Amino acid sequence: MIDLDNINSSFEQKIKSVKSKEELQILKTEFFGKSGEITNQFKSLTSVEANKRKEFASSLNKTKDSLTSQLEKKLLELETSEVNAKLKDEKLDVTLPVRSFQNGKIHPVSQVIDEISSIFSEIGFSVAEGPDVETEYNNFTALNTPEEHPARDMHDTFYLEENKTILLRTHTSPVQIRTMLNKKPPFKIIVPGRTYRCDSDQTHAPMFHQLEGLHIDKNITMSHLKGCLDYFIKEFFEVKNVKMRFRPSHFPFTEPSAEVDIGYRIENGKIVIGEGDKWLEILGCGMVHPDVLRNVKIDPDKYQGFAFGMGIDRLAMLKYGINDLRAFFENDYRWLSHFGFDPLDVPTNYRGLSK
Amino acid sequence: MIITHSWLKEHLNSKANEAKTIEQLTSIGLEVEGIKENKGELDEFKIAKILKAEKHPNADKLKVCDVTLDGKKIIKVVCGAPNAREGLLTIYAPPGATIPKSNFKLKVAKIRGIESSGMLCSESELNLSTKSEGIIELKNKDNEIGKSYFKNKAEKVIDISITPNRADCLGVRGIARDLAASGFGSLIKIKKKPLKQNFTQPIKVSISKSKNQDCLAFGSCYIKNITNKESPSWLKDKIIALGLKPISAVVDITNYVMFDLNRPLHAYNADKINKEIVVRNSKLGENFEALDNKNYKLQDDMCVISDKSGVLGLGGIIGGTSTSTGLDTKNILLESAYFLPASIRKTSKVLNINTDAKYRFERGIDPNSIKEGLELAVALIVKICGGSASKFSITGSADQKNKTITLDIEKFKKVVGITISRLEVNKILTSLGCKIKNSKKILKVEIPTWRTDISQDIDLIEELIRIKGFDKIELIEPKKKRIKDTLNFSQKLFHLSQRALASKGYLEAITWSFTDSKIDKQFAKGETEIKIFNPISSDLDVLRRSVFSNLIIYLKKNQDRGYEDLSFFEVGPVFFGKNPGEQQIVVGGLRSGLVSRKSWLEKSRNVDVFDIKSDVIRTLIDLGLEESDLFVSDNTKNCYHPGRSGSVNLKSEKGPHLAYFGELHPAIIKNLDFKEKNIFGLEIFLKNIPKPKEKARVSKKNYITSDFQKSERDFAFVIDKFFKVGELENIIKTIDDNIIKKVITFDVFEGQNIPEGKKSVAINVVIQSQDKTLTESDLDLISQKIIKAVREKTGATIRS
Repeated sequence: MIDLDNINSSFEQKIKSVKSKEELQILKTEFFGKSGEITNQFKSLTSVEANKRKEFASSLNKTKDSLTSQLEKKLLELETSEVNAKLKDEKLDVTLPVRSFQNGKIHPVSQVIDEISSIFSEIGFSVAEGPDVETEYNNFTALNTPEEHPARDMHDTFYLEENKTILLRTHTSPVQIRTMLNKKPPFKIIVPGRTYRCDSDQTHAPMFHQLEGLHIDKNITMSHLKGCLDYFIKEFFEVKNVKMRFRPSHFPFTEPSAEVDIGYRIENGKIVIGEGDKWLEILGCGMVHPDVLRNVKIDPDKYQGFAFGMGIDRLAMLKYGINDLRAFFENDYRWLSHFGFDPLDVPTNYRGLSK
Repeated sequence: MIITHSWLKEHLNSKANEAKTIEQLTSIGLEVEGIKENKGELDEFKIAKILKAEKHPNADKLKVCDVTLDGKKIIKVVCGAPNAREGLLTIYAPPGATIPKSNFKLKVAKIRGIESSGMLCSESELNLSTKSEGIIELKNKDNEIGKSYFKNKAEKVIDISITPNRADCLGVRGIARDLAASGFGSLIKIKKKPLKQNFTQPIKVSISKSKNQDCLAFGSCYIKNITNKESPSWLKDKIIALGLKPISAVVDITNYVMFDLNRPLHAYNADKINKEIVVRNSKLGENFEALDNKNYKLQDDMCVISDKSGVLGLGGIIGGTSTSTGLDTKNILLESAYFLPASIRKTSKVLNINTDAKYRFERGIDPNSIKEGLELAVALIVKICGGSASKFSITGSADQKNKTITLDIEKFKKVVGITISRLEVNKILTSLGCKIKNSKKILKVEIPTWRTDISQDIDLIEELIRIKGFDKIELIEPKKKRIKDTLNFSQKLFHLSQRALASKGYLEAITWSFTDSKIDKQFAKGETEIKIFNPISSDLDVLRRSVFSNLIIYLKKNQDRGYEDLSFFEVGPVFFGKNPGEQQIVVGGLRSGLVSRKSWLEKSRNVDVFDIKSDVIRTLIDLGLEESDLFVSDNTKNCYHPGRSGSVNLKSEKGPHLAYFGELHPAIIKNLDFKEKNIFGLEIFLKNIPKPKEKARVSKKNYITSDFQKSERDFAFVIDKFFKVGELENIIKTIDDNIIKKVITFDVFEGQNIPEGKKSVAINVVIQSQDKTLTESDLDLISQKIIKAVREKTGATIRS
C-alpha cells in the first residue's frame, strides 16, 4: 500500500515538470513500460497474500486509472499549446491584396432592353426582331410613307445601293410589317433593336436603339394605348405616379398620332421623373393607320390597334443619369465599368427591376 | 415655321397672352420648338460703311478694311470677301459678338500679322440665307450707319415645328384657324378692298398639254408703272423676324404673302419676258441661272416656266435671274400657280434645291388659293409701289372641288375609346373649315381644299381628338396575361451569352454595325464586302463582316488610354450579303495583356490560348451545351495565329461550327500598331447552336450515384510529337464510358529521356463501377485495355 502512495506522489511530482510530448512519453514508459512501476506492481500481484489481494488489486487499478487520465490530460495540454504556438507562427497579413480579377459588366443599353422586356412580358407582349438591312418598301412605303412623302426627309437614311432600294432601317417599325405579313392577328409584340440614321452630332449617333411596340386585336383603342404606356412608364422608372401628356403629332403610319411627354423636375442637379412642371418628350405613338393594315392584308374593319416607338438609349440616359449619348458607343473601359451592370443583376419582376 | 405673336393676332381675335398661346399651340399638335428673343447678341450687329479696302500686305486673298460706324472713328477689319470695297454698306460684328451660324465668339485677333477688330458678315454667317460668297451688300442710306441691323427686338419669335401633314399651317393664317378651332379665340375675316383692274393681262400664258404636266393652274396679274422701293418698316420688320433679308417692296410682299397665307408667289420683271409665258416640261440639257446665282442643268420632264428665249424658272421652286426684279423695275408679272407636290419634290431632290416655296408646294398648298394670294399681293404692291393692275388671268383649272368623306360618329368611339357628341363634331369640324351635310349618325363631311392631308374618315377622327384633347381619353389598365413566351430560343441565347461573358470578366461593348473597310478586310473570311452608298465618313464605309472589325478599334482606343489588361465582348449582327436577312448574330470577345500584373502573390503571365479556350468552353456550357459534346480541333481562319487557334464543333469535326478561338494573327496586331500585342479572340456563332428538341427537365436521364469506391490510375505515354492530346484522351474515354469516368492530361513534355520526334503525355484516369468495388485484377485488366487501345490506334508506348 505504501508503495502505491509513493508511486502516486512520485508520479504527480514528475508530471508537473513535463514540458514536451517526448518527456511525457518517457514518464509513461517509466510507469507503464515493460518494467514500469505500475507494470511491476501488477506483476507482483500474485505474490500478495490471497486475503489482501483483492483489495490491493482494486487500489492498484484505481492508481493506474488516475495516472492514465493524468497522462491523457497532460497530452491534451501539451498538444493544445503546441498548436497554439504553431498558429502564432502562421499568422499572415490578410490586408494584402487578393489575386487580381476582372469585373465583367453588361452594357446599360442591354440592361435596359432586359428591363423593358421584363415589363412588357408581364402584360403579354413577346419580343420580335427583324434584319438591320431593310427594303425601302418595308422601311417606308408599307408604312404609308411613299417616295414622294416629305416625311422621308425626317429620316437621314443610309443606303446600300445607289437606286435606294436597300437601306439600313431608320426605325424598328419595319418589323411591324414583317410580323404582320408572316403571321395572323392578334399581334402583341415589342421590338428592340439597332437603328441607323446618317446623322452624327452631340445628341445624335449614326446608330442608336429603338423599341417598337405593336398591339393589334379586335377593339383595341387609344384607351388601351394610354393604359399600356402609363403602366410601362411607371414600371420602368419605378415610380408610383407619372404625369403624362399626350400631344398630337404626325407619323405617316399611325392615325391619330401622338407624342408622349412625361413630367419631371431637377432636384440637386439630378432629374426626378414623374412629377414637376417640366415636360420631357419620351416617345411617339398612335393607332396603326388603316392603310398600313391594308398593306399587310389585314382588314382594318376587323382588326385595329396601336403602335409606339421610343429611344432605348435615351430611356437609359434618363433612368441612370447618363448625360452624353455618344459615350454609349465610345466603349471606354472606365465608363463601362462605371455605368455597366453586374451580370447577376438580371432584371426580374419578383426581385425588382434594378438594384 | 416662324411666327410672332403680333402677326398671329392679325388673324386671330384672342385675349390670350403669348405664354398661353404657346401652350395651346403645343397641345393641338403645333409643337413650339423654341422661342427666340431678338435681343442682346443680335443687337450688336451694326450697319457699317467701308471707307477703304486695301490688299493685305501678307496675304493675296485678304483685304484690310477701314470700317466706320459713325463716319469718324475707324475700325480696322481684315476681310477675305472679294466684294469688300470702298463705299460698301455692310454688317459689322464687333469683338464679343457671337456669329449665329457657327456660334463662334469673336475676339480681337491678329490675322497674318495685322490686327483685326471684329468681322464683316456674309448672309450665311447671320443665317439670313445660304449665300456664303462675299459679305452682305446693304442698300441702306448713309444715315443708317451705326444702327443695329436687326430691329423689332422687343418681340419674341416663336418657332413652331410643323409636321409634314400640316402644310396648311405653313402660313400664319392657318395657325390662327387651328387655334380658333380649338376654342382659342376667333378667326378674323379677311377684309377685301375692291381692286381697280381696268385692263386685261397682256402677256399670253399657256400650259403645254404634255402627259406629265405637273402645273395644274397658272394665275397671273400684270402691274404696270410701279415704283419699286425699299419696304416700309412694318413689312421689313416682319421679313427680318422671319429670318429673311429685306430686298425690295415687290420681293418682300411676295414673301410676306407666302408666310401669311401659305401662298407662294413669284414676281417677274415683265419687260424681260420674251413675248409669252409657256409652262412646259424641260428637255435634257436645258439650263438657267437661278436666283441663288447657281446655274442648273435640267433633265427631261421638269416643270419649267419659260418664254420664247428659254427657261425663266423652275415652277414652284425657284425663279431665274433673267427676269428678276430690281429697284428699277417698272412693270411686273405676278405669278400665283399650283404645282403637284410629287413633281416639286422630285425635281428639287435631283437638283438639290431647298426654298421656302418648294417646302410648301411639296407638302401641298391650297390649290384654290391662287386668287386670294394675287388679291393680297396686288393690293399691297399698288399701295406701296403705285402702278395699276390688270385683271387676273388664270390658265388651267383654278377651281378644285372639295372632297367629301363619310364619317360614322360611332367609329370615333371604336378607335379612341370615348364618345363624342354630334354637337361637338359639328363644332370642331366646321371651325376647321369643313362643311357637314346630313344630320344623322353618318355624316357627309366636305373637306376644305387647304387640308390636303385629310382623305379618309380616320383623318377626321384624328382631327376630332386632336382638338377635343388627348387628355380626355380614359386609360384602360393592361391585363396581366401571358399567352406566348416572351423570348424565343435564339433570343434566349443572345441574352444568356451576354451574361455568360460578363460573368467571365468581360465588359460588354456596343459598336457600330458599319466599320472601316481597311480593318474589316483583315477579319473577313471570303464574304463579299458590303459598301454603304452614303457613309457618314470614309472610315465607316462598309457593313462589318466580323464582330472584331469594330471591337478591335475600341480595344486599341482603350489600350491607348493606358489600359492594357482588357476583356471586351459584343453580341451583335455581322453581315454576309446586302439583302435583308443576310446577317447573323455573333458573340465576339477580345482579351489582351497579362494575368496577375503586379501581383505579390504570383508571377504575372501573358493571357494565353488556354484562357480564351476556357472562356469559349465555359460560355458554350452556359449556353446549354454538354461539355462532352464540344469537339475541339485546330481548324482556324486567317485572322488568327495559325498555330495558336482552333474551333469548337458540336460532337465531331463535321458537326455544326460553334466557335473559333485563339491568338490574333501577328500581322493584324502589327498593322493596327497595338501597344500591348498579346491579343486573343473568340467568336461564337449562335445560329449554329441547335435548339434542343425538348426541355432539359424532360431530356435529362435519371441519375444513379455509385456506392462503390472510385480508383485512379496514371499513365505516361510516349507518343508522336504532333499527335493531338485531345484525340488521345478521346481514345481512352471511348474504351468503356460505363467505367472510365474521367480522363485528364496532367503533364506534357519533350526532351530529356524522350526520343527525338516524340513527347511524353501523362494522363490520369478515374475508374469506377456502378455495381461493384473493382479489384486489383479488374483494374489491371482495364489498364491493359487502355494501353493496348492507345498503342494500336496511335503507336504510343507506355513509359516505364
